[in-house]
Amino acid sequence: MVLLDVRNLRLYYQTTKGILKALDGVSFELEEGETLAVVGETGSGKSTLAKAITRVWERNVSLVDGEIYFEGEEVLHMPEDRFRREIRWRKIAMVPQASMNALNPVITIGEQMIEPLVLSGVPKGEALRLAQDSLESVGLPRDVVARYPHQLSGGMKQRVVIAMAIMTRPKLLILDEPTSALDVMTQANIMNLLKELKARLKLTYIFITHDLALASELADSVAVMYAGKLAEIGSSEDMYGAPAHPYTQGLMASMPTLRTDKQLAYIPGEVPSLIDPPRGCRFHPRCPYFAKDKALKGLCDDMEPPAFELKPWTGRRHLAACWLYK
Amino acid sequence: MAAKMLDVSDAPWVRADSLVVAHRLRLWYSVKRGLFSKPIYVKAVDGVSLSVARGETLAVVGESGSGKTTLGRTLIRLLRPTGGDLIFDGRDVASSDESELRKWFRRRVSIVFQDPYSSLHPYHSIGFILEEPLIIHGVPKGERMERVYKALEEVKLTPPEDFVNKYPHMLSGGQRQRVAIARATILNPDFIVADEPVSMLDVSVRVEILTLLKEVQKRYNAAFLYITHDISTAKYFSDNIAIMYAGKLVEYGPFRSVVKEPAHPYTQALIEAIPDPDPKNRLRPRKVAPGEPPNLANPPSGCRFHPRCPFAMDKCRREEPPMVEVRPGVYTACWLYK
Repeated sequence: MVLLDVRNLRLYYQTTKGILKALDGVSFELEEGETLAVVGETGSGKSTLAKAITRVWERNVSLVDGEIYFEGEEVLHMPEDRFRREIRWRKIAMVPQASMNALNPVITIGEQMIEPLVLSGVPKGEALRLAQDSLESVGLPRDVVARYPHQLSGGMKQRVVIAMAIMTRPKLLILDEPTSALDVMTQANIMNLLKELKARLKLTYIFITHDLALASELADSVAVMYAGKLAEIGSSEDMYGAPAHPYTQGLMASMPTLRTDKQLAYIPGEVPSLIDPPRGCRFHPRCPYFAKDKALKGLCDDMEPPAFELKPWTGRRHLAACWLYK
Repeated sequence: MAAKMLDVSDAPWVRADSLVVAHRLRLWYSVKRGLFSKPIYVKAVDGVSLSVARGETLAVVGESGSGKTTLGRTLIRLLRPTGGDLIFDGRDVASSDESELRKWFRRRVSIVFQDPYSSLHPYHSIGFILEEPLIIHGVPKGERMERVYKALEEVKLTPPEDFVNKYPHMLSGGQRQRVAIARATILNPDFIVADEPVSMLDVSVRVEILTLLKEVQKRYNAAFLYITHDISTAKYFSDNIAIMYAGKLVEYGPFRSVVKEPAHPYTQALIEAIPDPDPKNRLRPRKVAPGEPPNLANPPSGCRFHPRCPFAMDKCRREEPPMVEVRPGVYTACWLYK
């Protein structure tokens, strides 16, 4: 069953330099129980995607357009009041980027965990018990509720914010770079926890990261974003086995690996400005195929590529927005 | 001053004739709990012996709190060791005072910090950031700008005239780290410490910076200490590796040999924790050590890793393991090999 269906999602910000097109026509579907990794460089729009799905965008937003269907119901344009009461946190929860550093230092963990529950009418004792259950399920002792954030290590704080997100048993959990400030051993422990929670609570994840190797720890499918657009999406088998978009190929080649020997390469240049993105395919100024093949001149730098289906695919449709696959 | 040779026979992996030699180096931070209470000591670096020769890269790997950053800062004397010996180019620098160090030592060592967003002064232009070390160390005015331009070209911030008048906030993370590398190499140092230079950067930018560091190391034939928690980034230019845990050295050896066949259970767990881009990963949990590194003010008795070690025996809880040679050149501190 399709849990989340995002259609032509656009989100623009008004800045002093002009309209910033953070998301510009993103479409994908997510099955119940599936884990989708959203991968891209800084400034590719991956965090904005998370904010758009949970409707927590910044105040300077100038356009929100497209449709998001969650369990068959449109949620992007439903009244905010209803979204807040029925969807956000209850059905779609998020672990925002660096949220473990946003814990209030002068309030106990327990108090900040139960605050939203108490406000929505759950008795305090009941809420506290729920918080303790939730802490236990992320592998922390129940008495953490009485502690303050400074008494916990980075890995423990990250577990606390995950516990906060799953406390109301959501269906969809959006994780925005949940391990980016942690070192490798703690990261591996958190990834083990996420695997275990997924199996136990039947969660659907959107896992946002800039690290393709880390994404493979969790992902059933991978979506690669570039400059506010989806460059490529497909099952993990297809994406790691046969990456199609030149940008995905570049990302794969630039990953340091420990166990296999390969020559590292990198993609020259920088992510383009989202205020004035390149015409045509947004990747063409950095694309090695475009630089080599004269036949692509006038195509890639003029017309935006639609998503082409690549066959054969396994698991889910393998789509790449690249003129090479016309 | 006559070259001083240390007796390092108790640490056979240390080559006493190297450029940088640390022997049983110790850095304990003292923390006062109250006005009249006795200070407690946080043993960030506790009896570490190692050496880095010219042209060699030593990777120092460990989790946060293992003392790796403190070790790096002590080796270039940003911190004064509280015990042990520290020899640089045959001269003892362990207890020299700052005015003495400024005469000869400071210009020969440098450091690249982890976070390029806070290691560059926001009100100084890139040109001045690079010129400042030249001013301090008395490079004549006529020569300075030429060297700044050359340094920018070497880190591929070209054309340099576009960058000298820019300020750090106008650059991306990768570009800032290039400036930090240029600043660290502008005085042609003999010893460079790179403290997690890529951990704050996007994966796609890391390779550019690693490639650049490798070039720099080759060009200057400097001794290089690469500090990281992620062994996979160290792979591309490290000769030797030292694994640290809770202020102690737990394994030392040639990089490839250690990574291929890690001896210490901690090294094994560190390597197991590194993800490879393989979609089959999602089907199995990783066998990593649970828990967190210990508090360095009150480390566990015996082997400091024993509370997290899957092979912990009675002896591990009581006695501290010595470093033993498990294969030619590979030393580890673990009772499994005794």
